[in-house]
Amino acid sequence: MYSEKVMDHFMNPRNVGEIEGANGVGEVGNAQCGDIMRIYLKIDENEVVKDVGFMTYGCGAAIATSSMATELVKGKTVDEALKLSNAAVMEALDGLPPAKVHCSVLAEEAIKAAIDDYKSKK
Amino acid sequence: MKIYLDHAATTYVKPQVLSAMMPYFTEHYGNPGGVHSYSRTAKAALDDARAKVAAVIGAQSDEIYFTAGGSESDNLCIRGIAKANAERKGKHIITTNIEHHAVLHTCEALEKEGYEVTYLSVDGMGKVTAEQVRDAIRPDTVLVTIMFANNEIGTIEPIREIGAVCKEKGVFFHTDAVQAFGSVPIDVKEMNIDALSISGHKLYGPKGIGAMYVRRGLRMAQVLTGGAQERNRRPGTENIPGIVGLGEAAKLAHETMEQNAKQLTELRNYLIDGVLSRIPFSRLNGSREDRLPNNASFCFEFVEGEGLLLMLDLKGIAAASGSACTSGSLDPSHVLLAIGLPHEIAHGSLRLTLGTDTTREDIDYVLETLPPIVERLRMMSPLYNVRKDV
Repeated sequence: MYSEKVMDHFMNPRNVGEIEGANGVGEVGNAQCGDIMRIYLKIDENEVVKDVGFMTYGCGAAIATSSMATELVKGKTVDEALKLSNAAVMEALDGLPPAKVHCSVLAEEAIKAAIDDYKSKK
Repeated sequence: MKIYLDHAATTYVKPQVLSAMMPYFTEHYGNPGGVHSYSRTAKAALDDARAKVAAVIGAQSDEIYFTAGGSESDNLCIRGIAKANAERKGKHIITTNIEHHAVLHTCEALEKEGYEVTYLSVDGMGKVTAEQVRDAIRPDTVLVTIMFANNEIGTIEPIREIGAVCKEKGVFFHTDAVQAFGSVPIDVKEMNIDALSISGHKLYGPKGIGAMYVRRGLRMAQVLTGGAQERNRRPGTENIPGIVGLGEAAKLAHETMEQNAKQLTELRNYLIDGVLSRIPFSRLNGSREDRLPNNASFCFEFVEGEGLLLMLDLKGIAAASGSACTSGSLDPSHVLLAIGLPHEIAHGSLRLTLGTDTTREDIDYVLETLPPIVERLRMMSPLYNVRKDV
């Protein structure tokens, strides 16, 4: 039911874990629904995402979309990262089953929440 | 390494069952409704299978009706008994909140038709008591339908006690015994069971075949209309190969029940003890004592079940979970919620159901493979970190 890319990002997730010196942290979802994504961003003075990390509680798709979203924003400017859409995350993963589309939405929202946190602290 | 631990979902067909079935596809393909020799051969096979199924539960042959499976049996029994007896008794039905969807959704459908249903709550072990049933029975109660054993957490209900209460109160008693049939001793007479549902593919028989026991003399409305097969209770040409398969599987299960139960219980306890001692923040779901011999159901905090299943599958272990992602809805399994688990713990459930071929080596492999998988998912989980910080 999952593409090879999803399985790869689930089995070998990129950028797992809290990062030191993160200046933007966003968390979305809740345990009751079975998905929580927390994104850590380290953004430099030029507004570039230098480092990114994630912690996710959820199904295979939740972990894979978190992993892919971190890959997609790494090295991007904050403005570029803000444009990350759930569709882009899905496309990069070669698609998701219909029941799992909400995971890609959570990933988009988690990145946005982390950037909001960064902006609010600025 | 490939280990199948999802026998509560379905089983393979045992070779002796398959070989018993084969001639009825190609050689003895007659319709048992006719008079010629082909029909007589099919009819003899039908009668033989009926006797084999009846023997497992202490019923008479003519109290067994073949159906297309467990869900169909549940539908025919519940609707049939409720409708035929509503006028005389009333339109109140009693069940529990941990039944299979075949029972729950049938009860919900009857509610829309003007029936009233009481859904009894179970305790933390998944058990309902005969006293709860007694207290819920009203003058207009027509039927009590309570499962023999739960498919997710393996808890066996006090069926004998419930049967005694129903008999005393003059209320009909149906039990969905899909998981229990052929696995634990059932005597429909001693237990005062009026109707009981059976499925073929949970006991090494084929899929698409089931049966229902209906006590002689019990009035049942016709739910499906058609020919007079199965004495008007289940129209349609009989699935003779399937029926022969169910009969053979039932006979085999009956003959080996005691030995299988002993062997499975030992292995299952070894698995349960091993998992609980190796994995922190884990729990066993369901009763430890009154439990199906082959069922081990766990919850692991801070992880989600689907991830567990995917990782286990990559290591060759086939298992099941009651998480939202595997239940096909937003909520985790209604059974896990009914035993009082919070959503976030119910999402981390894992069901391992053993089979007669499961070995100690298989369990050792699970005990070796599962803890690092849980740990790996926990290391990614923001919930686990929170807990560790405290």
